[in-house]
Amino acid sequence: MNTKRHREWMKSRAEVRLAAHNREWMSKAGAFWFALLFCSFFFLVPARLPAQTEAQQKNSCLTCHSQLDAPLHVDTQTFAESIHAQKGITCVTCHGGNSSSDDPTEAMSAAAGFKGAPQRKQVPTFCASCHANAAYMRNFNPSLRTDQYSQYLTSVHGHLLAKGDTHVAVCVDCHGIHDILPPDDPRSSVYPTNVAETCGKCHANAAYMKVYKIPTNQLTLYNTSVHHAELVGKGDLSAPTCSTCHGSHGAAPPGVKSVVNVCATCHVFQAQLFDASPHHDAFSSLGLPGCVTCHSNHGIQAPSDAFIGVRKGAVCLKCHSAGEPGYDAAAKIHTELTNLDASVTHSRDILSRAEQAGVEVGQIQMDLDQARDDLTKARVSIHSADLKVVDQNIEAGLKVTRATYKAGQAALAQASYRRKGLFISLGITLLVLLSLALLIRKLESGPHF
Amino acid sequence: MSAPAKIRNWLDERFGWDQLMAFVRHKTVPTHRFSYFYFLGGMTLFLFGLQVVTGILLLMYYRPTPDGAFESVQYIMTQVPFGWLIRSIHSWGANAMILTAIAHMFSVFFLKSYRKPRELTWLSGMILLFLVLAFGFSGYLLPWNMLSLFATKVGTNMAAQVPLLGHWILVFLRGGPDVTGATLTRFFGFHVAVLPGLATLLIGLHLLLVQRFGMSVPPTVEAEWKVDPSKVQELRFFPNFFLRELMAWYIALAALGALAAFRPWELGQKADLFASAPAGIRPEWYFMFMFQTLRFLPAKVGPFAGDLVGVLGFGAAALVWTCLPFFDNDKRGRGKRWIAGAGVFALTYFVGATAYAYLVAR
Repeated sequence: MNTKRHREWMKSRAEVRLAAHNREWMSKAGAFWFALLFCSFFFLVPARLPAQTEAQQKNSCLTCHSQLDAPLHVDTQTFAESIHAQKGITCVTCHGGNSSSDDPTEAMSAAAGFKGAPQRKQVPTFCASCHANAAYMRNFNPSLRTDQYSQYLTSVHGHLLAKGDTHVAVCVDCHGIHDILPPDDPRSSVYPTNVAETCGKCHANAAYMKVYKIPTNQLTLYNTSVHHAELVGKGDLSAPTCSTCHGSHGAAPPGVKSVVNVCATCHVFQAQLFDASPHHDAFSSLGLPGCVTCHSNHGIQAPSDAFIGVRKGAVCLKCHSAGEPGYDAAAKIHTELTNLDASVTHSRDILSRAEQAGVEVGQIQMDLDQARDDLTKARVSIHSADLKVVDQNIEAGLKVTRATYKAGQAALAQASYRRKGLFISLGITLLVLLSLALLIRKLESGPHF
Repeated sequence: MSAPAKIRNWLDERFGWDQLMAFVRHKTVPTHRFSYFYFLGGMTLFLFGLQVVTGILLLMYYRPTPDGAFESVQYIMTQVPFGWLIRSIHSWGANAMILTAIAHMFSVFFLKSYRKPRELTWLSGMILLFLVLAFGFSGYLLPWNMLSLFATKVGTNMAAQVPLLGHWILVFLRGGPDVTGATLTRFFGFHVAVLPGLATLLIGLHLLLVQRFGMSVPPTVEAEWKVDPSKVQELRFFPNFFLRELMAWYIALAALGALAAFRPWELGQKADLFASAPAGIRPEWYFMFMFQTLRFLPAKVGPFAGDLVGVLGFGAAALVWTCLPFFDNDKRGRGKRWIAGAGVFALTYFVGATAYAYLVAR
């Protein structure tokens, strides 16, 4: 007992001496070596972390599959970054088996509950075993939807899969397998800016889609569209991609009657005006798909005033011809829109010149914004196909541009007036200076100076 | 007896008018190769007067509230007859006044005019210069636009760096922890009441001291005149010097008018307390050298924050500079060399750092 105590006492003494020595050494070695060691620690740690993780969490599945070739290969790093690994879902959660065993036969035995990789047709039910289980998913993210599987069953993909077509997309085609990232991760294949490319993997592949006899130019067209320019070009995530109009898990092309509803989810006012317009019934009777008739679908371009009217390229000419009331109305609407647009430009130019001339026109420029708003309203109101509705906005805008242009002219006149006044006052100043110089000369040339 | 003679008699009986006129007639100004620098003080005084007149006119329409300040200045610039001219002359004139005040200070420094017995003249002049800078700082916020709002935030933040009293000074200047409408009304009060009152008193004292001790003659000229008294030249203050000064004032007024006509002072965007800081925030040119210095300084200088070192450094430099006549007590009257060197360094640094700051901003 005494010996044991003695040993402990010696050990504690040695630790005390070591600590004292460390303090002394630290003070002598100086901050440089400490800083070097400190930095080295941070430099080395990330390189060693994965090894430590593996050592701490034994996973024989990854040990083997990380060394196998495709299709059995699983990249350790990619899996570690996936949402499943991040949430603690391991290989055995989906595939069963025993990941703690180094013996492949035992690890992948039926006794250990090994399920292996599901058949392609089984993938949706395989994923749904968790993702359609609200009680289970609540453990990870209570706000996560669990209706993906039921939606999938209503989709074209789901219908065809049920008929035995394994060509169609299943969960892993869009989301990936072992590399699944959350949809709000910009690297995810289903992040809004990546969705079109993900869909395009199949839908832009003419050979793959040949059996379905549907066009494969959607991606090419979409990439030229205003929606793509906003979403990918400007990073505006509110701009639509494939799934915005077609749905994601319940993906299906909108029917002729529902096109307006789909577009109306964003373009509310245009849709309301269209529904109340004579075009609504006319299009329905002709079987034309609402918005798409004039604007097209995947390759939709930013609208311009040239869309409406009777000139070459105007969409109105698709249905209307000379002599019809609709033809005349289209021509008039085009003229009015371009007139207001030109008036806004003229006012802006004159105000810009006045501003450069140094006249304060901030308030008038703000007033001109109202005319721009009226022009936008007029452009929206053409969906009513009612000349009176369009006229109201055009007239309101023209009233503003007339006032702002007049104010711009007055501001330029003011700038001119100021400069004339300046030259007159400079002339007077020069005369006064000359007079003073003469007075000084006279004073200092006198006999009494 | 004619009417003017009657008035003169009336004044003479009561105020000793003839005696006053005799004094004015006998007042002279030394004439030598540096005489042109004598115009700077008078020019600064003229510009101050112009600021008072234009400032009073602006007061007729200006509203010192967050909801009314910008709009009232906009109204002055667009609706009030010649409002644009008055406001532009006030803004350009303020800059011109600060420029001539700084030039006046350096000319007094390099001509050694602060020597005994003019120590108090220098001291009152330095305090006036600080007041003029305070006029500029407080007036910059009054149009209540984005640039002025954020420049004021940056400027008042600098004051917060002062040890112990920093936070108190910040709250005192801002009327609260942030720049708000309370800051605007406070700055307005400083700009139109506190500062003009103090400045008027100090200008009176400064002029009295100038009058009491007369115009200083630079040591080199003084030495030449001692050797050869026949070289001494003087000009009668009234009317000869005064008429020359009047010519300079006319030229200054014409220059301000031209600037107002061709480059009216901008109004910018109305201040938005919730907006993020716009690009290109910077103080007025006369604070740029300090702004640039704080940028030069690292975040930490030894154990102290860089900004704190900068603010304390400028405070100490301003104190030493103000008390300069009490250091420069060379018996030969030529001044100490290191002080002249410090002056050259100060001028070079002021011009260099300001120019560099504008070059970087471009």
